[in-house]
Amino acid sequence: MAVLEADNLHVFYGNIHALRGLSLEVGKDEIVTLIGANGAGKTTTLNTISSILAPAEGEVRFEGDALTDVPPHDVVGRGIVQVPEGRRIFGRLTVGENLRMGAFLRTGKREVRQSEEHVLTMFPVLRERIRQVAGTLSGGEQQMLAMARGLMSKPRVLLLDEPSMGLAPMLVETIFEAVLAIRNEGVPVLLVEQNAFMALQIADRGYVVETGEIVLEGPGRELLENDEVKRAYLG
Amino acid sequence: MTAQAASAPAGTRLKALKRITFVDVVLWALRVIVVVVVVGGTIGTFVKGTYTTAQWVDFFMFGLTIGGVYALIALGYTMVYGILRLINFAHGDITMAGAFSAYFLASSLDRAGTLDAFPLLAMLAIMALAMGVCAGIALIVEHICYRPFRHVKSLAPLICAIGASFFLQHAFRGMYGSTIRSYPDPEWMKGRLDLFGFEIPVVQPIVILTALGAMLFLYLIVQKTRMGTAMRAVSEDRDAAALMGIDVNKVIIFTFILGGCMAGIGGVLYCFVYKQIYYFTGFFPGIKAFCAAVLGGIGNIPGAMVGGFFLGVVESVGPALFLDGIGITAPYQLRDLIAFTMLVMILIFRPQGILGERLASQRA
Ligand SMILES: Nc1ncnc2c1ncn2[C@@H]1O[C@H](COP(=O)(O)OP(=O)(O)OP(=O)(O)O)[C@@H](O)[C@H]1O
Ligand SMILES: [Mg+2]
Repeated sequence: MAVLEADNLHVFYGNIHALRGLSLEVGKDEIVTLIGANGAGKTTTLNTISSILAPAEGEVRFEGDALTDVPPHDVVGRGIVQVPEGRRIFGRLTVGENLRMGAFLRTGKREVRQSEEHVLTMFPVLRERIRQVAGTLSGGEQQMLAMARGLMSKPRVLLLDEPSMGLAPMLVETIFEAVLAIRNEGVPVLLVEQNAFMALQIADRGYVVETGEIVLEGPGRELLENDEVKRAYLG
Repeated sequence: MTAQAASAPAGTRLKALKRITFVDVVLWALRVIVVVVVVGGTIGTFVKGTYTTAQWVDFFMFGLTIGGVYALIALGYTMVYGILRLINFAHGDITMAGAFSAYFLASSLDRAGTLDAFPLLAMLAIMALAMGVCAGIALIVEHICYRPFRHVKSLAPLICAIGASFFLQHAFRGMYGSTIRSYPDPEWMKGRLDLFGFEIPVVQPIVILTALGAMLFLYLIVQKTRMGTAMRAVSEDRDAAALMGIDVNKVIIFTFILGGCMAGIGGVLYCFVYKQIYYFTGFFPGIKAFCAAVLGGIGNIPGAMVGGFFLGVVESVGPALFLDGIGITAPYQLRDLIAFTMLVMILIFRPQGILGERLASQRA
């Protein structure tokens, strides 16, 4: 059974019809990727799942429960955690404070410390910079912090919005390895990517979104071979 | 541009001259006038030597005292601005409301003799009442004036805040009239104290230390607690904070409560300095504290603290130091002028304040 389902979402920004009946699902232990051109509606989809935006029609279900009218912080409380596009770390807070904000809803100091230990093992550069003001980190380090911060809330499903954006190939590698590691720990991942080639390689399934609609879906490998996908997204 | 200037210096200079607008001239004239008044006045004052060292110490200590009050009230403006990006123009009158309510407790404690018998306990009770009232009214103002407009870009919250400000003034005027009431003046606050050979009124160190204590407490809350950190996170990026599971509404409420508490303490201290209260009492400290917040950089918490003390000292020392020297008689009446001149100068020349971010991204 799917852990997370988006069912027939319609979302508007004023008059702009950004999502036109978009549906997708993420199953247990899956990496699912959502690819598409700029402005196709990928970020809008994630923000609707996170309840930052409310759909005019359709609903998001998590483990069978509809998330209609659930405020964003409660969505996080249920375990749906988004690492937003453009990192959005708190630049004036220290790395440690950013991590602690990731664990905002969690009680139990010991477990939070364990999580912190865990993400710092995953991203060792952050350990050396734990007292540093986050705004002074490099772009790659900021992306790692954004992911680590998301993991601090102990997600039950993780939404990643373009985690490889603007990073050098080496770092992209690190980020994608982290995504695999996260999945292998039993957290399903919905991965939005511009880097369609890399994303489809690690994804179990993929969706292609165009002007707010899913136009193609299938296993990652299959989409990699698909002529249309090759032409439009793989160059 | 520079290459052109090298090849045709005369023409470019002419063009550069043409680009100087009337506004530029006025702005430069302003700068020059301020510098002349400050430097000329200072020299003039010291040449005349009207004031003794003891008097300067007096001015300075009074500046710190009133500056502490400004700083406390300024914190409310700055924290709310940090979170909501708007100026809570009702904040001065919220301060008055707290101090006015505390007045009734203070005067009855005074009449009962409690204020003299148990100064610490009585003061704590008075402050607590003022803090409670300020926080409560701040929350009501937030709920009515700001919350409905949170997702709308308009002037409505500003207009609402000004409305709330008048409402509070006239509600207190309606309830308690427009006579100026005298705040209690307990015996232990009347004395004078020896500070390195200079005599200062006891009330001054009381106010300064209370203000510093409250600010230290606030600083620890903001820096060390979970809610305080969440406050800083929300002020940086509200949506990202919500994505971390932070309930933004709770953080906003927390911010208004903190600001209200600081205003409550500040208002009571202000009244114990000036020994009076009436419905309009909130206006001047409110607007001065707003100046202090802008001075320190609106949205910046340490900035509001520094800005408060800075404004207090400058407006207290300034009249004697700058204005007396250029031959203005009774300069002390002009101290508000100094404060507002500073506000205008800061807004024109350094809108981001001493320590802070920009209020206006560009000058029109
Ligand atoms: N706040 C907004 N107001 C109005 N229109 C918006 C807003 N945000 C997005 N849109 C529009 O909605 C559509 C989908 O935008 P969205 O951000 O979801 O695209 P995306 O697939 O994430 O693109 P990118 O790859 O560039 O991040 C676009 O046409 C965009 O212009
Ligand atoms: Mg996007």
